[in-house]
Amino acid sequence: MTAALINVPKKAKNGDVIEIKTLMSHIMETGYRRTMSGALVPRDIITSLTCRFEGEEIFRADLFPATAANPFISFFTVATKSGKYEFEWIGDNGFLETASANITVE
Amino acid sequence: MRVAATIVLASLLLAAGIILRPLIATEIPSAERRSGYTFMAPDTKAMQDDDTANPGMLGVLDGETLWNRKVGSAGKSCADCHNDARESMKGVAARYPAYDKTLGQPVNLEQRINLCRVRHQDATPLPYERHDLLALSAFLAEQSRGMPITPDATAELQPFVAKGRDLFMHRQGQLNLACTNCHDDNWDKHLAGSAVTQGIPNGYPIYRLEWQSLGSLQRRLRNCITGMRAQNYDFGAPELVELELYLMSRARGMPVETPAVRP
Repeated sequence: MTAALINVPKKAKNGDVIEIKTLMSHIMETGYRRTMSGALVPRDIITSLTCRFEGEEIFRADLFPATAANPFISFFTVATKSGKYEFEWIGDNGFLETASANITVE
Repeated sequence: MRVAATIVLASLLLAAGIILRPLIATEIPSAERRSGYTFMAPDTKAMQDDDTANPGMLGVLDGETLWNRKVGSAGKSCADCHNDARESMKGVAARYPAYDKTLGQPVNLEQRINLCRVRHQDATPLPYERHDLLALSAFLAEQSRGMPITPDATAELQPFVAKGRDLFMHRQGQLNLACTNCHDDNWDKHLAGSAVTQGIPNGYPIYRLEWQSLGSLQRRLRNCITGMRAQNYDFGAPELVELELYLMSRARGMPVETPAVRP
């Protein structure tokens, strides 16, 4: 059960600077913690978030241990044309989630 | 002589003040009640206000999935009986904990979900503080967001509210503190840099940044009891439910904020 929240403005004017906000549910287990019996809790984190606009990569973030659970990442871009933003989160243990959002540029 | 009399009078007043101080512990007047929200930094407030930045909303989304999932040997989902939660569950969380006639005692929202699972879905109860139960209760409570807290007025419930109030006022633990010593007498002060706050539980389950997850009111209460170095209660213990009842009666009329974000 994985939930993601994406916030992309539905409409923008050509040349507007827009903020894109993403929130992905993930425990982000650092790999440095131990259980009560001393065993290491294996690392389980998201390692990268990529955002593509109409197939072209416009933003990428690499994540490392010590990022808080449920990472919230926001960034800015310039709206130039209508199209689709695609988001891809990749992580440990084969974690792969995608989401997308459309924008109309007038 | 007059100077001596003044000194005696002053020290008497001082002594009276010190002695009387524990006795003046009173509940917060309703006009002065403040949600924990008002004590937060602007950044944390912004996080709660924006549904796409509030991590508690991830739990609400998962809760909606669980609401529609068929479970147990009865093969029924919550939605099969209660239909659309947006209609049927509106205002429900705002009156919990409520009285359960069969058990003859109050049950909180988490216990109600589990009773429903056992009685109607033939499923096993969900464990306390695990993601599924928190997500379901967050989804249910979110249906009451913005609505005033209206405690269950059932007459049978009132002795339990009184017991909760007694526990709130009762000094306990190695530090010999009662809840009231902080949350009635010193809510406008700080404890190690954190605001003390008034103990108004209007946003549970909350997403607490320190926990990095959703957590129930009982988890918060157990935190406080540990901090008082007192003997703790298990999740679901009647004492904690009674305390919840009393706290919700303090929060009467205040709007539900679930899923609230707290530092």
